[in-house]
Amino acid sequence: MAILIDEKTPIIVQGMSGRIGKFHAEQMIAYGANVVGGVTPGKGGETLLDRPLFNTVKGAVAETGAEASLVFVPPPFAADAIMEAADAGVRLAVCITDGIPAQDMMRVKRFLRRFKFEKRMRLVGPNCAGVISPGKSMMGIMPDHIYAAGRVGIVGRSGTLGYEAASQLKALGLGVSTSVGIGGDPINGSSFRDILELFEQDPETDVVLMIGEIGGPQEAEAARYWAENMKKPLVAYVAGLSAPKGRKMGHAGAIISAFGESAQEKVTILSDLGVAIAPNPSMLGETVAKVLKSRAAA
Amino acid sequence: MDIHEYQAKELLAQFGVPVPAGGLAYSPEQASYRAREIGGDRWVVKAQVHSGGRGEAGGIRICATDHEIQDAAADMLGRRLVTRQTGAAGKLVNRLYVEAATDIKQEIYVAFVLDRASERIMVIASSEGGMEIEEIAESEPDSLLRLSVDPATGFLPFQARELAFGLGLDSGLVGKMTRILSCAYRAFRDLDATMLEINPLAVTGSGDLLALDCKMSFDDNALFRRPQIEELRDRSQEDPRESIAHDRGLSYVGLDGDIGCMINGAGLAMATMDMIKLAGGEPANFLDIGGGASPERVLMAFKVVLGDEKVKVMLVNIFAGINRCDWVAEGVVQAFRTLKIEMPVVVRLSGTNVEEGKRIIAESGLPLITADTLAEAAEKAVAALKARKAA
Repeated sequence: MAILIDEKTPIIVQGMSGRIGKFHAEQMIAYGANVVGGVTPGKGGETLLDRPLFNTVKGAVAETGAEASLVFVPPPFAADAIMEAADAGVRLAVCITDGIPAQDMMRVKRFLRRFKFEKRMRLVGPNCAGVISPGKSMMGIMPDHIYAAGRVGIVGRSGTLGYEAASQLKALGLGVSTSVGIGGDPINGSSFRDILELFEQDPETDVVLMIGEIGGPQEAEAARYWAENMKKPLVAYVAGLSAPKGRKMGHAGAIISAFGESAQEKVTILSDLGVAIAPNPSMLGETVAKVLKSRAAA
Repeated sequence: MDIHEYQAKELLAQFGVPVPAGGLAYSPEQASYRAREIGGDRWVVKAQVHSGGRGEAGGIRICATDHEIQDAAADMLGRRLVTRQTGAAGKLVNRLYVEAATDIKQEIYVAFVLDRASERIMVIASSEGGMEIEEIAESEPDSLLRLSVDPATGFLPFQARELAFGLGLDSGLVGKMTRILSCAYRAFRDLDATMLEINPLAVTGSGDLLALDCKMSFDDNALFRRPQIEELRDRSQEDPRESIAHDRGLSYVGLDGDIGCMINGAGLAMATMDMIKLAGGEPANFLDIGGGASPERVLMAFKVVLGDEKVKVMLVNIFAGINRCDWVAEGVVQAFRTLKIEMPVVVRLSGTNVEEGKRIIAESGLPLITADTLAEAAEKAVAALKARKAA
């Protein structure tokens, strides 16, 4: 079924009545996503895009049976909205919001661990483009027409660089099972490793493309996980070869502050573990194609 | 966001961390007045710049007479202090901090950081303070104590005690150390810091603990609820190109190359810079124009990038999701005309409304260089640069 979402997944949008929330909810519905309602405190009982609005996530889940929530709530209130979703029994939250304080995210991560593993909500993002399973469903802000349906899994920090990858694949006639943006923040819900684990178990994914960047330990952690646990091939690119140390490159998490966090160091760690490295960002598609070809020949 | 040493000390003092008596000075006369105010017979004159490594760069001087204080102050003020962290341009010294010199018996290292691996606040301490953490990790790795804080409970008194005893302090100092650690933690948490370093935390001859040098950085994402921290911003310590961009809500980092970049999305921006480098060029900047780029915003971004005189070629790379290629194209055409741009401009558009965007560029009649892929854009920008240099 691809990973995380498909055409059946019932989705609510937290912050749907906002300008951005409404625009993207509309796009999602047009794409075929099963959007069942929205949450905006104070607007419960109203209707938007032919869907009911609720005051609380609990109310929305009780009425609609929602399993996933897309969070479009402004930074000061976003952490609270994510925790509300977890408490209401939502299984998957995808948070698009950019600019959530790091200490708020620390609290969110700690809060999620209150729940037993089987009951724990999976969080993707924040500060990400969202999740799309082409031809099935989408939770996010990506331009859906650049994705062809297929068997390549994509996981990346950056939104637009993920678009770049999807369009390179499409140009080569390759499609995507699911593309997941884990976001550019230093503390995020799902790590690269978490998403790799899902792709490994997904019968509709043959190969995974991981698009990392400078800063933090997650790419190396994911590559070690891959080397020890995965059978599917992994292709990776790490952005920021020309980034200076100690400077934040746009994303709150894109800063080289320790050994192993520069693009060169990450590439070395990854290729030592046997990950196929895309040598430059215009060869994301080609490198995946090459790996698939050598797989087929073997 | 970074702040000055004296500002960090003021904040920490408010939370109960003991710091030496000191005062700010903007002139040699003021420095000498501050020293008299503080009293004693030895003082330290410290250049206030956003950088470590000030001591070895001549930014910290111990003085015993009024004459020496005025000399030191006259030397430092108005100068650009070049440390191993600042790069060749250095940072402008426009204020000094004058402090009573401390009789140091031992130097301790204490830091609080946001640890990405554990997703918690981490406390690091060492009995071998006075040198940079990297040097301690290299020469005295066994002295490093680490402890992580559960966000549900906060930093607990027993954890502070464990660290204090772990540092091998005299039992008389353990209580004081425990209190300092708890106070510093509260400052870190309550002010949304991302880094707080006290190095050295001195054990004085009279058996006290004093924070002799402090550094704090703050979470930019939390400044909306910390206006008192944003007040502490010192623009003289920033790259002027970055200050201008920041005020206009653009994410910009100045670099040393000559190819100006305007891209949407941080990841794509880094990737484009990588591509320029691989094609044999050097990017002049990182610039993420963000989502919802209107023609006006594109024009503004052009102004920021072209404000850097080193820029000889512009590269625009947009993969529109929330953005619209037609708006970006209009912005490029407007910028080209209003700013009377004479340098080569390479434009690569992709994504939402790309056909319309390309049509606007083609029909503008302007000598814009277009590219379809990322690789082509970078190669054309580097080729244009070479042609311009040859001409």
